[in-house]
Amino acid sequence: MTHLARSRLVGWRLLQAIPVIVGIIIVSFLLTRALPGDPAAYFAGPAADAASIEQIRVSMGLDRPLPVQFVAYVQDLVRGDLGISISTGQPVMHELTTRLPASLELTGVALLFSIAIAMPLGILAATRPNSWVDHLCRAVVTAGVSLPTFFTGLALIYVFYYLLGWSPSPMGRLDFLHLSPPKVTGFYVIDALLARDLETARAALAQLLLPAITLGLFTLAPIARMTRAAMLQILEGEFIRTARAAGLPRRQVLFTYALRNAILPVITTLGMVFSFALGANVLVEKVFSWPGIGSYAVEALVVSDYAAVQGFVLTMALLFVTLNLIIDVIYTLVDPRLGLEE
Amino acid sequence: MTTLTADGASPLAGVRRFLRHLLYVMTDNPMTAFAFMLFLLIVGAALVGPWLVPYDPLATNAGSTLQPPSWQHWFGTDQLGRDVFSRVVVATRLDLMIAVSAVAIAFVVGSTLGAIAGFYGGWAERITGRCMDTIMAFPLFVLAMGIVAAAGNTVENIIYATAIINLPFYARMARTEVAVRRNAGFVQAARLSGNADWRILAFQIFPNSLPPMMVQISLNMGWAILNAAGLSFIGLGVIPPTPEWGIMVAEGANYIISGHWWLALFPGLALMLAVFTFNLLGDGLRDLVDPQRRT
Amino acid sequence: MNRREFLKGTSVLTAGAACLPFLKVMPAQAGGNETLVVVMGSTINSLDIHRSGTNRPSYQVAVNCYDRLLTFGTKTLEDGSLSYDYDNLQGELAESWEVSEDGRTLTFTLREATFWDGRPVTAQDVKWSFDRAVTLGGFPTTQMAAGSTTSPEQFEAVDERTFRITLPHASKLTLPNLTTPIAIVINSELALEHATDDDPWATEYLHRNPAGSGAFQVERWEPGQQLVYRRNPDWASGELPGAERIILREVPSASTRRALLERGNIQLSQDVPPRDAMELDAHPDVAVVSTPIENCLHVLCPNLRFEPFQDVRVRQAIAWAVPYEAIMQNAAYGRGVPMWGGDNSTPDDIQWPQPFPYRTNLDRARALMAESDYPDGFEVPLSFDLGQADWAESTALLIQEALGQIGITVTLDRIPGANWRTRALVDKQLPLHLENFGGWLNTPCYYFFWAYIEGNLFNSSNYHSDEIARLVDETLFMEMDDPDYAPKIRRMIEIAFEDVPRIPLYQPTLNVAMQPNIDGYTFWYHRQLDQRVLHSR
Repeated sequence: MTHLARSRLVGWRLLQAIPVIVGIIIVSFLLTRALPGDPAAYFAGPAADAASIEQIRVSMGLDRPLPVQFVAYVQDLVRGDLGISISTGQPVMHELTTRLPASLELTGVALLFSIAIAMPLGILAATRPNSWVDHLCRAVVTAGVSLPTFFTGLALIYVFYYLLGWSPSPMGRLDFLHLSPPKVTGFYVIDALLARDLETARAALAQLLLPAITLGLFTLAPIARMTRAAMLQILEGEFIRTARAAGLPRRQVLFTYALRNAILPVITTLGMVFSFALGANVLVEKVFSWPGIGSYAVEALVVSDYAAVQGFVLTMALLFVTLNLIIDVIYTLVDPRLGLEE
Repeated sequence: MTTLTADGASPLAGVRRFLRHLLYVMTDNPMTAFAFMLFLLIVGAALVGPWLVPYDPLATNAGSTLQPPSWQHWFGTDQLGRDVFSRVVVATRLDLMIAVSAVAIAFVVGSTLGAIAGFYGGWAERITGRCMDTIMAFPLFVLAMGIVAAAGNTVENIIYATAIINLPFYARMARTEVAVRRNAGFVQAARLSGNADWRILAFQIFPNSLPPMMVQISLNMGWAILNAAGLSFIGLGVIPPTPEWGIMVAEGANYIISGHWWLALFPGLALMLAVFTFNLLGDGLRDLVDPQRRT
Repeated sequence: MNRREFLKGTSVLTAGAACLPFLKVMPAQAGGNETLVVVMGSTINSLDIHRSGTNRPSYQVAVNCYDRLLTFGTKTLEDGSLSYDYDNLQGELAESWEVSEDGRTLTFTLREATFWDGRPVTAQDVKWSFDRAVTLGGFPTTQMAAGSTTSPEQFEAVDERTFRITLPHASKLTLPNLTTPIAIVINSELALEHATDDDPWATEYLHRNPAGSGAFQVERWEPGQQLVYRRNPDWASGELPGAERIILREVPSASTRRALLERGNIQLSQDVPPRDAMELDAHPDVAVVSTPIENCLHVLCPNLRFEPFQDVRVRQAIAWAVPYEAIMQNAAYGRGVPMWGGDNSTPDDIQWPQPFPYRTNLDRARALMAESDYPDGFEVPLSFDLGQADWAESTALLIQEALGQIGITVTLDRIPGANWRTRALVDKQLPLHLENFGGWLNTPCYYFFWAYIEGNLFNSSNYHSDEIARLVDETLFMEMDDPDYAPKIRRMIEIAFEDVPRIPLYQPTLNVAMQPNIDGYTFWYHRQLDQRVLHSR
């Protein structure tokens, strides 16, 4: 495929994303305006009466008609001002930039754990289709996805922290003995390693274990399934048969040839799973006191914190769109067959 | 030998053939058979459960709260003295209803939109595509949370919220399946014989697109139940004292640390069993309706 | 500040012990160098109590990092725990004070004290701070008004060390009001350095940078995660805190807080739900202190705007139907003082709160309903604040069941915390709801003022009584040892017994759980944790 055609393809995909972004902005605005709470009441304080609440409402601009408010909202957005969060008193932008790395780190480690278990399981199941091994793998991963994450989280805390004392206290990203490393990426483990602080890196990793396992259990199923399906399809292909007939060792056939070709659909699934896990974060973060974007969203929703909910929804949506875009682009660039369809 | 089948050929033969295929799939794949039996158990509990349970699921009993499982109370009692077993069984009906309604709405609306988009292409496809992308751009659970928070937590709103976040799957799938078959031979033949567009879409194309969507339906049912459970955990689910697995697990989760494990475990197991069943059933359904696609 | 410096201030033993989850007890330290870890379930959203939008949990910072003119002494309760003493007013920043003959002029002499940056605390600082409190509006202004201090004209800095307040009338509430978290003294010079034309009261700066003279400074604040207090070695207004450093950690899940305490990884847990308090009490390695919250009641409010509740017989019927014992057992888990079962319809004393003359008697309730204008019953939603769900949910369920037996069909209406104040207290439109007002200042007239006067915030029942309005007016500023005071209060309570626009369920307790070797915990009416008195044995 020519370079020009490829870049045009990429450009076209980018263009397609724009109406989606516009839609997201509108929906997030409407959604927060539909929330039942009254931020004016919150600001007016615990002893406010109807008159002072009305006063605050006017000063916040909440009495103006919706379209006017929307225009003001978009204007602020363009300037990068997402407003002040009621529940934490900090600018929403600041909150999001500090909390997003926390959630990304958690989801990333969870995915690593998930891949490390799901892929071998999927490959194993693919090499012995319909045997008891296959059924067992399927049962295990399905069990993982069938339990609510908060339930698994609390159960794990109960067993591994409370009863056995093996895992560190579920108090957040770092126990109180260690201070957060100087911020480079926002990922504590990486930042600590960059600052040559092995103690803190180890502590951060220890705090990550239990929540990452909880989240990872939930994402086992789609990855294992996809790996198995892709591997099965590849293994029945012509070129594998040729390789086998040529007498190549089984391991080489499996890993060098089959897996490499099966990776592509698995990567697409990974992208989907990542974005899905980022959303499922919400419950895990609450249970493990993880200062991530999910727990922030739930808090904000419960107190009807307009600015925070808007900012959160917008950020997540933009993240998803970006992620899907990247995956689409990678796919387009890597798979020569796809380019011809458009 | 197969007999030539024209429209309206012996329905009995067709049913018999189907049943034979079903039996084959069951015996070939014990997991599917197992899942099917569990499914029957769940449906049974939903239909007749409320009449068969030993205690009233809403009756509190301040004197015997937080009792561990015993012969009087198979699953123990909760913090207000209600029998957990009765509540778990009665909750089956509500959870199944939520799952079935939500998925049904998502399926009907989503596949209709997707089919139209796939059949006519052009602007219909573009607009539908962008709308679905917009919905899919939001983290699913957060969107559900937002809708329920905004509209109020009634069972209807939970169903609608779950339906909305599941729409895009069906729309996308329907669109792809219909688009692929849009210009197939049998469609052109139907057009030539004078069938209206909508007839072709409804009776020729759509039934052929069903198989992959059936799988998605069963998977989605499991999701819908988990979604409702998650919403209950943050307080946006069903209103107490209605028994529902999600809210029982959410309330029971607070009792794990103090050692009263039965409050959360049994509804959690029931939840897990249901979702498990639907997932396995999905795989089995795939084998059942389209042997070519067996994975 | 890096980790090394941080750990230097913490003894090695403490650090070692805290690392291992198995060791439950902090090694005994003779005050001095220790670090305590405290957890709470809510978030601190500002370090400035006067700022609009500051939530309740943030008041703790005002208590620990700032000083006030006055404070209360300590008394020991029956169960051996410590509480503030309403009858024992002491000076914090004020060394001494004088009240004029007519009670309208209060003059304070300040002690020698310095702010954290070394500047001396002067009367000008006090005036600026009080002016700020009454000008910025919102809750601080309302609370200051409770002490009859409403305008900057009432405050005067006579000289460097003398501060004067002039009142429109004498009030017994003014001096206690100066102990509330609102009446803090801020380092005005430092604040003014950061003030702008748009922000003359330096709200932006003080929101993140406390400028006080208090016992603790804020060493680190990571909103949503933790706040670290560090002891101020030059604190002049009281005994130096026992702990060098206190880490306040935010842990949203109550189960997790409990697990942390039981495993010994933390020293104290602030918001302990009643059930956990009951169970942890039996635990050998955890000490639980449950102090009845003064002047506070958990009540069931029938709203007089809802027609059936305008009939007093219906309200009384409900009062006879409420399952008090079951609620005490299953919602409060025994952590409360019973407020039912009184013997007389006239009170013997002015003790408040005191038990109302009702108990669970369904026959009597049915009889009253039959007499009333609604013998066939009616339907009504019972609303409660989701944020109070730990006691309100079970209570509501039990009440629903009980009222069903006298013909009243109840549906539950859970209202998210964000809406609760507006719908219950501002709009006052909830027909039947659970409420939990507690007055900071411990006098019965104060409670009646807020909860029984029409139009006042906590009167969510829309109740009005000419007689109570008159009595409150007469008693609010009257001294409690005035011979007229007691009979008027008794009359008010008698009317409350009869009319029951608020049906008391029980008096709640503030439950705090800690390691057995932690001493000094003291209950305060504002229900915030006073960190200044904590130390381990």
